[in-house]
Amino acid sequence: MLPNDPLKRVLTVDLTRRTFNVEERPELFRNRLGGTGAGIRLLEENCPAGTDPFNPENPIILAVGPLVGHYPVASKTTVLFKSPHTGELGESHAGGRSAVSIRMAEYGAIIIKGASTMPVYLVIDQDGVHFRDASALWGLRSSYTVGSVLRERESGSGTRTIMRIGRAGENLVTYSCVITETYRHFGRLGLGAVFGSKKLKALVIQGKNSLPVANKRAYRKVYDRLFKAATETPLMKKYHELGTAMNVLPLNTIGGLPTRNLQSGTFEGAESISGEQMAENYLGRRLACAHCPVACIHLAALRTPYPNDPYFFKTNMLGYDHEPIFAAGSMLGINDVPDMLRVMDQIEILGLDVMSAGVCLAWAAEARQKGLITTEETDGLELTFGDTETFIEALQRIVSQPTDFYRALAHGADHAAEIYGGEEYALAFGRNEMAGYHTGPGAYAGYLSGSRHSHLDSAGYSLDQEAIKAGKKPDAEGLALKLLEEERWRQVLSSLVICFFARGVYTPELICEALAAIGISCTETMLHDMGAAILRDKYTFKEREGFILSESRIPRRIFTTAAPWGTFEETYLREVLEEYRKNL
Amino acid sequence: MQDGNLVALIQSSQYSRCEQAPGNTRNQQGRNNMAKRLSVIDTERCVGCQACMFACVRRTGSGGLDESCIHVHSAGGIRKGFVVIVCRACPSPPCAKVCPTDALIEREGGGVKLKASLCIGCGNCVEACPFGAVMWSNATNKPQICIYCGYCADYCPYDVLALEDLEEAVHAAE
Repeated sequence: MLPNDPLKRVLTVDLTRRTFNVEERPELFRNRLGGTGAGIRLLEENCPAGTDPFNPENPIILAVGPLVGHYPVASKTTVLFKSPHTGELGESHAGGRSAVSIRMAEYGAIIIKGASTMPVYLVIDQDGVHFRDASALWGLRSSYTVGSVLRERESGSGTRTIMRIGRAGENLVTYSCVITETYRHFGRLGLGAVFGSKKLKALVIQGKNSLPVANKRAYRKVYDRLFKAATETPLMKKYHELGTAMNVLPLNTIGGLPTRNLQSGTFEGAESISGEQMAENYLGRRLACAHCPVACIHLAALRTPYPNDPYFFKTNMLGYDHEPIFAAGSMLGINDVPDMLRVMDQIEILGLDVMSAGVCLAWAAEARQKGLITTEETDGLELTFGDTETFIEALQRIVSQPTDFYRALAHGADHAAEIYGGEEYALAFGRNEMAGYHTGPGAYAGYLSGSRHSHLDSAGYSLDQEAIKAGKKPDAEGLALKLLEEERWRQVLSSLVICFFARGVYTPELICEALAAIGISCTETMLHDMGAAILRDKYTFKEREGFILSESRIPRRIFTTAAPWGTFEETYLREVLEEYRKNL
Repeated sequence: MQDGNLVALIQSSQYSRCEQAPGNTRNQQGRNNMAKRLSVIDTERCVGCQACMFACVRRTGSGGLDESCIHVHSAGGIRKGFVVIVCRACPSPPCAKVCPTDALIEREGGGVKLKASLCIGCGNCVEACPFGAVMWSNATNKPQICIYCGYCADYCPYDVLALEDLEEAVHAAE
């Protein structure tokens, strides 16, 4: 790394004492690149074993990498923490302007420790940290308003990120998110609740510096290759045109679109909520993260008339992707686009993770249908698939928690099912609710073994689809090794904070060339070794905090609702997990 | 000005010349010796990727944003789209009028050139530009003045920016 590259600067903020300091850690970034790799080291250093996720000692670690600000599509921030949702490793990624802003404020990582006694928000820039009173922002009905207020109140429009929580985070719902730039989210595993437990309402990070380059000519050359690939390859074009919502129809066709709490893998309303229909009838604007020419962010324009006031309309711009469509659409049996968008909007207003929220509601609807919960417990709500209004009411109650039932549901489907039953259809894996892919054992082995229980850890759904095409079920060891190989490589990408959508653009060879031009020498073998080591670091932390892969609960439902290549056995899935752990 | 263009003009504000057709900057460059300027064709097509801002800095061989002569920010929250600020090469540039040391020299045909050795970093030029198109470098403590090279436009994937001949642009506006 060039000696004047500010990446090595690690900012530590202590919310309890309201102090901060900056330490230079060049070795951390040399050995672990940045992002996830640097973050897991800092988490291990700063989070004592057995810490309660809501204890002030649980640190929030934000990290970026060396390519940010230099190259396109290296646009993610990784955040590591102990998850209140799973009780073990919490790791969440988001783009927006977050990564570029942290890098431009001249930090490689930011550690937030302690807890404030009163609501605060922080403004972080090249000079350090400014503590601001957030008492007036605490309890605001809508997360959108928090964004609007801070946008007006703070400077740096265009070169800043505004990360904020909604009331879900304040009320410690374990799957509340942190929203950044309105349409991007640190969605999964409850970062919003960790913010809330620290009385931290928002982070504004801004900066505008320049970054050193080792070889200017090589830098421009490799930049052009990456930029061309990012704008011209067919895969990136797909992300740009229909966005991830392009997955809805193909998944439904093969029977892999989770519907009505996975009572089915096909949805009769799939056509109407498909990416094609959304683009045709609702797409109102496309957006990009800072320094990403792909512009995969799709906003639907929802025009709603006021019922008793002719010629008054409200026009909302709502972000959509495959996952929100599955979670607020097929999973809840909602096939009307405006209805689906209204559910998504409520989730945004409250600041919940859309996937977990949708899957929790789907479990609750089935549990109500089967008589496991009473309308007294649901505070009078008759939860039924397809009933948008009731789902919107229920979302508000997950946050306000008027009954024990909602207090339980605010801890996830797994937790609620432990109390009320229905565990066989509580669709959480490692306590994290499922993503929108019921493609087969690869997807589920991925959710269970993945170090953050995300469909993006090892893309098992894509291995399933390959197997379907090949017409051949892989043996357990083969599948486990493929999942491992993918997850190891993704540690490299998330340490360099390259968006996973650009995984085809950033080949190992190009990464080495890109790094060399900015003064970091690295070989492909070194990258692969680092990926394996980072994954082991993460598993060491998970297991230190009590995670045992072989003891993971697996809901029966996934074996009884036929996946695209038919049903599969639990013994086979357990075998895959065993092979994964053995080869880690 | 036709009425149909009114909405577009309001939305894209003064920075845009919506009546212009998108140009190919590479073809225009070097075609003649006419003075060039950067033009914002249509801010509604801007996705806010800021690839232009990074390109502007990369042209000088650095990464980051400090020396960018372009600024893209949201129009009050990104749901409303973006404001794209570039130097529009005014024929009678207000930035030059307020420079106490004559460090900003009027360019033939419009716009200015910076003679950095004369600049004392007072920032009057930043205040004087009604578009906010005089950027500031924290590193040099001097303004960042667009040299109308069009390098940025080549990295705009959505044809928001283009380099155009100043004289032709003036005629078109008339």
